[in-house]
Amino acid sequence: MTSDVLVAGFAGALAVMTVVTYLCRISGFALMGLVPLTPRVKRGLAALPGCIVISAILPIADRSGPVAFLALAVALAAMAWRRSEVLALVAGLGVVTALRAAGL
Amino acid sequence: MSTAAPEPAPSENGAPFTLAGCIEGARLIMPLLPGVAVFAVAFGAAAVAKGLSLGEATAMSAFVYAGLSQMVALEFWRPEWSLPALVGLALVTGAINGRMILQGASLQPWLKPHSTRLNLAQLFLLTDANWLITERYRAGGGRDLGVLVGAGAALWVIWVLATIPGHVAGTLVSDPRRFGLDLLMPVYFSAMLVPMWRGRVNALPWIVAAVVSVASARLMEGYAFVVLGALAGALAGAFGHDE
Repeated sequence: MTSDVLVAGFAGALAVMTVVTYLCRISGFALMGLVPLTPRVKRGLAALPGCIVISAILPIADRSGPVAFLALAVALAAMAWRRSEVLALVAGLGVVTALRAAGL
Repeated sequence: MSTAAPEPAPSENGAPFTLAGCIEGARLIMPLLPGVAVFAVAFGAAAVAKGLSLGEATAMSAFVYAGLSQMVALEFWRPEWSLPALVGLALVTGAINGRMILQGASLQPWLKPHSTRLNLAQLFLLTDANWLITERYRAGGGRDLGVLVGAGAALWVIWVLATIPGHVAGTLVSDPRRFGLDLLMPVYFSAMLVPMWRGRVNALPWIVAAVVSVASARLMEGYAFVVLGALAGALAGAFGHDE
């Protein structure tokens, strides 16, 4: 059906993924080197980590449904309660495992 | 191939890069290693189902070293690639890993004291988990680049090694959803919001990031929502008048 010419095998596709991912890894660092660190830029950068975390988790929970929301909330609560990453991970993943085993 | 232990090399500005820092980074990342290992096993198993050899699956983990993009790429993996298919692969990979651009940007002022050559080399190991523990370490006043590198190297070794039993065992653990492993990073990220909260200065950027990211995820397919939400939140932080 398609007349597309095949130009690469596994190695070519792997190279594409590797290069694109590496460029993502270095380009934020490289680009920020060209931007002067004014107080405004500093405030933006200071806000960035939390915003990355929020933007990475909320839409995933929104797409995955109530089980994911509950897991995130339990992990957050466990962390706030005991300040233990291990407890937060075990509690969060435990909620998902249990609810999915129950068919939710 | 193991990652060589970097020799202590304080930069001109005094920001250290020590073996002790690397060990501290590896220690800080410990709680995540079991989950990451099982996720890598799941990737190895999924790779068998798509016809990748053991060497190919392991090479992908070693070179790409970005779990979610590897899993998604498997969805449309093929033995032979046309140019349009390669462009599609590049776009999907960039969309999923675009968050690393912002993670690198947020670390830039902290990385700057070190040489560009060192940073371009060590950033190969940048990924969600070591970025996050470094942000936390840095918020507590930590300056040792070794924490980022040591945590990244420990994750890399586990990620690559654990791909192998997954491939060998085949479909034994082919469904990472069963143990919630598709939610491993989101769950960890969620817990990390607790130490990241610094009071009201966070409120506006976080709300903006939440609204924009959820709205873009509902309006668009794919993974652009991370970058859009995070950028919107950072802009709110830059231009909001909290001080």
